[in-house]
Amino acid sequence: MAKTPDPPGTATNSPPSEGEVVLEARAISKHFAVRRTLRNFADRNRPVVHAVDDVSLKLRRGSVTAVVGESGSGKSTIARLLAQLYPTSGGQLLLHGKPTKVGQGRAFRAYCRQVQLIFQDPFGSLNPTHTVRYHLTRALRIHNRAGRTAKDLEQALAQLLERVHLTPPERYLDSFPHELSGGQRQRVAIARAMAADPSVLLADEPVSMLDVSIRLGILNLLRDLKERLNLAILYITHDIASARYFADETLVMYAGRMVEGGDSETVTQRPAHPYTQLLTSSAPDPDRIVADHSAATTVDPAGGEVVVEEEESETAGEPPSLISPPSGCRFHPRCPKAMERCRTQVPPRFDLADGQWAACWLYAEDAPERPAPQEASA
Amino acid sequence: MSSTPPVLEISGLNVNYGLGEKAVHAVRDINLTLHRGEVLGLAGESGSGKSTLAYAVTRLLSPPGVITGGEVRYHPRQGTDIDILSLDSEQLRAFRWSEISLVFQGAMNSLNPVHTVRSQLTDVLKAHRPDMTSAQRQKRAASLLSLVGISADRLASYPHQLSGGMRQRVMIAMALALDPEIVILDEPTTALDVVMQRQILKQLSRLRRELDFSVVFITHDISLLIEFSDRIAIMYGGRIVEEAAAKEIYQTAHHPYSHGLLHSFPALHGPRRELTGIPGSPPDLTAMPPGCAFHPRCPKAFEPCDQRVPALEPVPGDGSRTVACWLHADH
Repeated sequence: MAKTPDPPGTATNSPPSEGEVVLEARAISKHFAVRRTLRNFADRNRPVVHAVDDVSLKLRRGSVTAVVGESGSGKSTIARLLAQLYPTSGGQLLLHGKPTKVGQGRAFRAYCRQVQLIFQDPFGSLNPTHTVRYHLTRALRIHNRAGRTAKDLEQALAQLLERVHLTPPERYLDSFPHELSGGQRQRVAIARAMAADPSVLLADEPVSMLDVSIRLGILNLLRDLKERLNLAILYITHDIASARYFADETLVMYAGRMVEGGDSETVTQRPAHPYTQLLTSSAPDPDRIVADHSAATTVDPAGGEVVVEEEESETAGEPPSLISPPSGCRFHPRCPKAMERCRTQVPPRFDLADGQWAACWLYAEDAPERPAPQEASA
Repeated sequence: MSSTPPVLEISGLNVNYGLGEKAVHAVRDINLTLHRGEVLGLAGESGSGKSTLAYAVTRLLSPPGVITGGEVRYHPRQGTDIDILSLDSEQLRAFRWSEISLVFQGAMNSLNPVHTVRSQLTDVLKAHRPDMTSAQRQKRAASLLSLVGISADRLASYPHQLSGGMRQRVMIAMALALDPEIVILDEPTTALDVVMQRQILKQLSRLRRELDFSVVFITHDISLLIEFSDRIAIMYGGRIVEEAAAKEIYQTAHHPYSHGLLHSFPALHGPRRELTGIPGSPPDLTAMPPGCAFHPRCPKAFEPCDQRVPALEPVPGDGSRTVACWLHADH
């Protein structure tokens, strides 16, 4: 793509139809070998960490897909797999419908031109010894977008900075990263990703290191870019409320597997999988608190019952080890609704209404009582 | 809540980093009262001075931090008031942890990796309760662990054998070891997942009810504060800009910054709104704007804002809450 140099911002290809799948993952998985120790040195089957197992997702043009999960659920691994920073252990990646597997060098570079990654930490992802001009020029040159003359380059740089709302560009071009605030740095990192004029942007927790008052500014910028440039965005986050705000589609991960997916509004308002229900009920929500604050204080300090309830949830409160994940559904040791089948068989995706799906035996055709997700969330 | 007697009174506290003209004013003119049995939330972004305030109150500031003025008074249940800022190092040793204890930011990493949980918990008791026998210390350590919901056989574990949530609970157990009157929590759950965060905070509120201590809860997550604290003070650029009951702040935030902060968190329920956050970025403490520190970002800034600093004063018509904003000044 984009073999001829043209200034970024002018979309040369005709805008494709809304919702075209740009990047697709089919049942990808990633296992990391555990470090060699004396004990397993000669062992042929060294233990592996099942970081990601059997994950399928589609990134569409002009749409944001959120992946929500706790730390250690494998959500960042997905971003790195999609960026092909490391090879998959299984499954297939398709870019514009064609299977791709790039190692290093030319093929990888061509892939990068279309799929760009933004990292969580803008303090670490920019080189402190180089100016903004250097960072952006380098990206433009690598992707053959710097133009022929110095004037072309200057224009391309200005356009990039304007696109991320760092105006006037002259004020920022010759600054070093330490002279910028966290939000401005993240904007530079986004501009650098945009220098390749990609069709897919993978954002790995792009706002969680930033001050709370400027997070929304960055999310709104990404949304604006998505709309103007028809980008496909993958938004990795641990904050399910921000997924509801920002993403069109939300996928929920638990211990390396996708457990639920669908339209963001549906998933957050009518969660079907017990894990998603746990997640939404744990998220801080002032509305609910203000509503039941008075109720909670009128109840006498009935310590006994509360303690029992809390201690029960404490023993079950931790995600499993991914070296030897639980058999069957990985959530079953913590699940309040676990059945016999959950312990032995991995649940497939069961489709629910409105494009929502859940990998949970509760929604199997032959389940004894198949709850509607609305009921389940109550 | 304000009906209970005060346990900690901070008045006119100023903290600088560095000396002379280049000094950075991290905390300025803080007046704050913590009442007995209360959870006081301290909200603010990074650089707002909230952690510096906690360190100053416990005299834990390390150079170049200097307390340049003000007073911090501690009111014990019995006996005379203690002026924390005038304690000498010996008195301070006896005072800290038995009256005020801290759970630090990133507490999960403040456990010593080469000592067992048992030796770290008994170490506190050994230093502060020298008359306890070894058996008594063991018993106390075990009961502390069960207090935070960890079984006593975990005493022999090393920190790396525990999960993040369990390590955080060990830190809380350690903070409660000497039955302090005040526990300061500095971003206690920032590194944890929401499910674990809720469990730990629920447990803390239960312990607070049972053991009757007061809590200063410092975090940037204001939606969490609204849920778990009684009163909230919001800091910006080293000053408190608004203080009110948690519910009141949520329902009617008076200061434009509080309002902006509340609208920086997308809601999980209710109507989906377009949110903007706050334009601009937090102030650089080395180059503070004149007047109200928030005026360059404030949508409602007007004539006096860029010249005179507004004082933290009671809101006209509602004496229980204070705000530092010219919009609400009486004159």
